[in-house]
Amino acid sequence: MDHLLTAATWGLALLQALLYAALGPLLVGWVRKVKAVLQNRRGAPVLQPYRDLRKLLMKEARVAHTASPLFRAAPYIVFSATWLAAATVPLVAVSLPTAAIADIIALVGLLALARFFLALAGMDVGTAFGGMGASREMLVSALAEPAMLMAVFTLAMTAHSTNLASVVDYHLTTTVVLRPSFLFALGGLILVAIAETGRIPVDNPATHLELTMIHEAMLLEYSGRHLALMEWAAQIKLVLYGALIANVFFPWGIAYNLAPAALGLGFVAIVGKLLILGAALAIGETVLAKMRLFRAPAFLNLALLMSLLGLLSHVILEVGT
Amino acid sequence: MSLSGLLLLQQFVLVLAALVLFTSFVLLAQARLVSAIHAFAWQGALVAAVTTVVAVTGKSHHLYFSALLTLALKALLIPWMLHRLTRRLALERHVEAVWRPALTIMAAVGLVIFSYWLVLPMVQQELTFTRNVVAISLAVVLIGLLMMVFRQQAVIQVLGFMSMENGLFLAAVSATAGMPLVVELGVAFDVLVAMVLFGVFFFQIRESIDSLDVDQLNRLTESVGEDE
Repeated sequence: MDHLLTAATWGLALLQALLYAALGPLLVGWVRKVKAVLQNRRGAPVLQPYRDLRKLLMKEARVAHTASPLFRAAPYIVFSATWLAAATVPLVAVSLPTAAIADIIALVGLLALARFFLALAGMDVGTAFGGMGASREMLVSALAEPAMLMAVFTLAMTAHSTNLASVVDYHLTTTVVLRPSFLFALGGLILVAIAETGRIPVDNPATHLELTMIHEAMLLEYSGRHLALMEWAAQIKLVLYGALIANVFFPWGIAYNLAPAALGLGFVAIVGKLLILGAALAIGETVLAKMRLFRAPAFLNLALLMSLLGLLSHVILEVGT
Repeated sequence: MSLSGLLLLQQFVLVLAALVLFTSFVLLAQARLVSAIHAFAWQGALVAAVTTVVAVTGKSHHLYFSALLTLALKALLIPWMLHRLTRRLALERHVEAVWRPALTIMAAVGLVIFSYWLVLPMVQQELTFTRNVVAISLAVVLIGLLMMVFRQQAVIQVLGFMSMENGLFLAAVSATAGMPLVVELGVAFDVLVAMVLFGVFFFQIRESIDSLDVDQLNRLTESVGEDE
């Protein structure tokens, strides 16, 4: 790492961060397309989210009379915090400086910051839906965060580091070992990812039905570029969780050095993995029905239980003298 | 790291054992009776799978027979009998409200930690690679006991009892590479007979108190006097 030009690695890190922003709408478009095909519809083209974003960015942003400056600032904060969090997750290459400056706990913290401002913005205008959505979002996240941290600790205990790059590195350098703890951590993390990105069965991203929405309820007052940034942040978050699951648990193919061939392979690998994960998400969303909001704690309890079992099985089964 | 020193099949045993523990948790928190029976069948199948893999890695041929017996009895016959019972008792759509599911599960997690602590001296003896599974099997036994204490429905209590037996069997396989065949056969038939007797008892209980909620057995019924 030292002998490489730092400028080049930082450039690559920036490129990877840009790739997150570029892949976000594509993944969402892909999930929607697969869902449409599964429901015997033709569906919008895969590139439709890009067009939506462009249209929203060109439109005028209207703000309610009662809105405070926080309401205007929130989209920028949410977007940059989510993007920054995404930049710390290895996407194409593993040994980039962005991964070295922030570990998993900082990642969870950045996502929490974004969520905090999202909830504040939801309550800011004072409409009933915004407050309701914010309170629901906080309920879900308060239950999801411990589960996520437990899953992360399971990984960290195995790799002896909370840094994502070193966790991935550990997997690639050691021989393939079947670990029960990873199985549970994977299960827990998938459940957390579903809850945090607001997919079925916790939240339905396609609905504006007042009584059931969580994420959409907070965005109701936004328009124009503000709405575009909020939607884009949500799309980046989906890619973030996808990359986290794909690269931490199935790291094969990720670029280990910065040679163009390795980077190309890493790019193809991550796109392939994200396509598979997106298709799996679409199938899951087609098979399952959205559950009542008050069932969400039970769902997240399952996530917490899985992460806890991961931690316990690491201690019981894997450490033993 | 000790885990990477094991063969792939031996690692597979540990994964299966962890899944057995997970099915125990599923059983504990499952409100729907039929789903609980399915979870129990899966647990039996997983225990049989653990036994098979231990038999393959340890080259102990008598374990194949125990695995087959477990699969036939715990994963197929007893769940089938329970299914038939629930159908005849018209309990197929029965959903029981679990008392504070989160708290119950945390109690079970506490039991797992307790059994780990209990088994720790044994683990340090470095007997076989399955020594770590002993803690899991003890936890399965204790969670089965917890289930019999916390759940009120008689059929679910029987499931807890049977999963305790699963845990004991797992302990025997993991600690000493299985019990003698005679003992195993005896236990298997005991379980089978117990199952038949439970079936009879279910009908008796329902006939006398019109429900399978065993909490109602605590109440004195003299004052009601309807059946006299």
